[in-house]
Amino acid sequence: MTDGVDDSDNEVAARAAPTGPGRCRLEQGPRGSRLTISGDWTLAYYSALRRAVAAMPRTQLPGELSFEGLGELDTAGATLLANLLGSERLRELPESVPGLTTEYRALLLTVGRALEAKAPPPRPRGNVLIELLGRIGRTVETVGRQVVTLLGFMGLTLSALALALPRPQRWRITALVSHIEQTGLNAVPIVALLTFMVGAVVAFLGATVLNNFGASIYTVDLVAYSFMREFGVLLTAIMLAGRTASAFTAQIGSMKANEELDALRVQGLDPIELLVLPRVLALIIALPMLAFLAVLCGLAGGGAVALLSLDIPLPRFLEILSNVPLQHFLVGLVKAPVFAFLIALIGCLEGFKSGSSAESVGNHTTSSVVQSIFVVILLDALAALFFMEMGW
Amino acid sequence: MSARGEPIVQVRGLVNRFGEHVVHHGLDLDLYRGEILGVVGGSGTGKSVLLRSIVGLRRPSAGEVRILGENLLDLPPLRRAELERRSGVLFQNGALFSSLTVIENIALPLIEHADLPRADAEHLARVKLALAGLPPEAGDKYPSELSGGMVKRAALARALALDPALLFLDEPTAGLDPIGAAAFDQLLLTLRASLGLTVFMVTHDLDTIYTTCDRVAVLSRKRVLVAGPLQQVAATDDPWVRDYFHGPRGRAAQFAAQTT
Repeated sequence: MTDGVDDSDNEVAARAAPTGPGRCRLEQGPRGSRLTISGDWTLAYYSALRRAVAAMPRTQLPGELSFEGLGELDTAGATLLANLLGSERLRELPESVPGLTTEYRALLLTVGRALEAKAPPPRPRGNVLIELLGRIGRTVETVGRQVVTLLGFMGLTLSALALALPRPQRWRITALVSHIEQTGLNAVPIVALLTFMVGAVVAFLGATVLNNFGASIYTVDLVAYSFMREFGVLLTAIMLAGRTASAFTAQIGSMKANEELDALRVQGLDPIELLVLPRVLALIIALPMLAFLAVLCGLAGGGAVALLSLDIPLPRFLEILSNVPLQHFLVGLVKAPVFAFLIALIGCLEGFKSGSSAESVGNHTTSSVVQSIFVVILLDALAALFFMEMGW
Repeated sequence: MSARGEPIVQVRGLVNRFGEHVVHHGLDLDLYRGEILGVVGGSGTGKSVLLRSIVGLRRPSAGEVRILGENLLDLPPLRRAELERRSGVLFQNGALFSSLTVIENIALPLIEHADLPRADAEHLARVKLALAGLPPEAGDKYPSELSGGMVKRAALARALALDPALLFLDEPTAGLDPIGAAAFDQLLLTLRASLGLTVFMVTHDLDTIYTTCDRVAVLSRKRVLVAGPLQQVAATDDPWVRDYFHGPRGRAAQFAAQTT
């Protein structure tokens, strides 16, 4: 064999067999003190060895070193030995020390050199109260900046829309339809099921409370008004905030982590036009349709309870429904595109803001869900106040 | 062959199939104690798949992989973990845990497997960090704050945390600058000499092959085409091997290795 394998094989054979936990002994001899290192200096015995090293007197360094009986040595043991001997003695380590093979000597020297790199000083810890105040301040600043960023992003999206609208050849119909399918059609089962159940719950609630006044027939009105004005849109928006905003953030965030957004930009393509516009438009189309479906399913849930539990026959139920003015339905549904716009914007913006790591994408996904649900509920409350004052 | 003793890793009749696509078919490979084996091959010849099969991340479609005489996939979990502690893996992109700092990344196996207290583990981790050639300040950073080369070094430090006997490297010098790559080669040689490491290295870097590898295995046509010392492999009559070792880059690396 001409390669180095034979040599390394001998090297392994020459390695001493395990000899039990390592020891170090300081002896006073006729020619001054003598430090004897023996046994296995390995990770397995680290804690015991560290105590032994700490117990060695530091002041009187031995004149003579001996590694007779040294078993195995690994980097953990070498670290302790290097600590024990100190960097100066290691640098002056003679070429041949009894019992120390050239390989172990090289290891000891390598570790010794590595140890010379000093650890950076620990960061000073400040006053807890001041840190708390600082944290509050930073959070407030972040929230303020977040609002400004969202408004800026809204402007960017609207201007991209204004640029793309007059040019039909730049409409991305395929992407739009695909996103409508993902955010709208695929969400139909979950939205329908949930609103049906909430409709039934509201009807039960109405039946329980209104029965005391002998007015359980108004349960139908309760379900109709609440779903048309509020719950239909609100429940759908909250569900899509959880389902779609997070998906948008994760999609765009992972593209950002993979430098795909940068690739788009250097090719002269606008990520807003390519990625944000189709998503925003798709949600603006899908959410009102889902909200309409939610109203229907909520009413169906209420109707089922009315029919089965309150003995209100279906014709009577429909008659009461048809007496509800249309404006309540419109007041509810007019909010849907606004919610859709904001949910999609927040989802996309958080994606753009995420960093290059998977963890950052995860954090921003959480943040986009929290923000979009918050915005939806806040706006809904403001809208309810406004519509009531206007008498709509 | 008898002079080498028992191989530390033994691959016999390995078959890896992804659906219809066959990557390996009847692949045999031995890794002997104390050697640095370089595994080369064109793109898509299954170098990384081979590495994943050996470390037990992928169950082969057929055939057997034995590490230290045992088949990892057949072992009970505890025994398998014990064996896995004796090998370290450096993944292509580092695979550092992004939620931990570099020091915490290196200290994790020490805390989990060697039962060291946190302070001791972090002290040892700092030594490994310096061994891998990273400045001390890098220890408190998160992987996302490091450059590609630093991530590689930090990942090497983590792979070495438990002083494994067996080290698997997946393209260790890819993405390093030439100075960093050369330093990495020297580091590998030093560690091999002092720790008695056995190294399985998937690489494209001809300089690394010429500087560090004792043996080279060429993956081609779904098996190991040839495995042996560099001169023997380079002399093989195969178009790919010829292009690889005697192309402009191969000649330059050979020249560099001879003159240093």
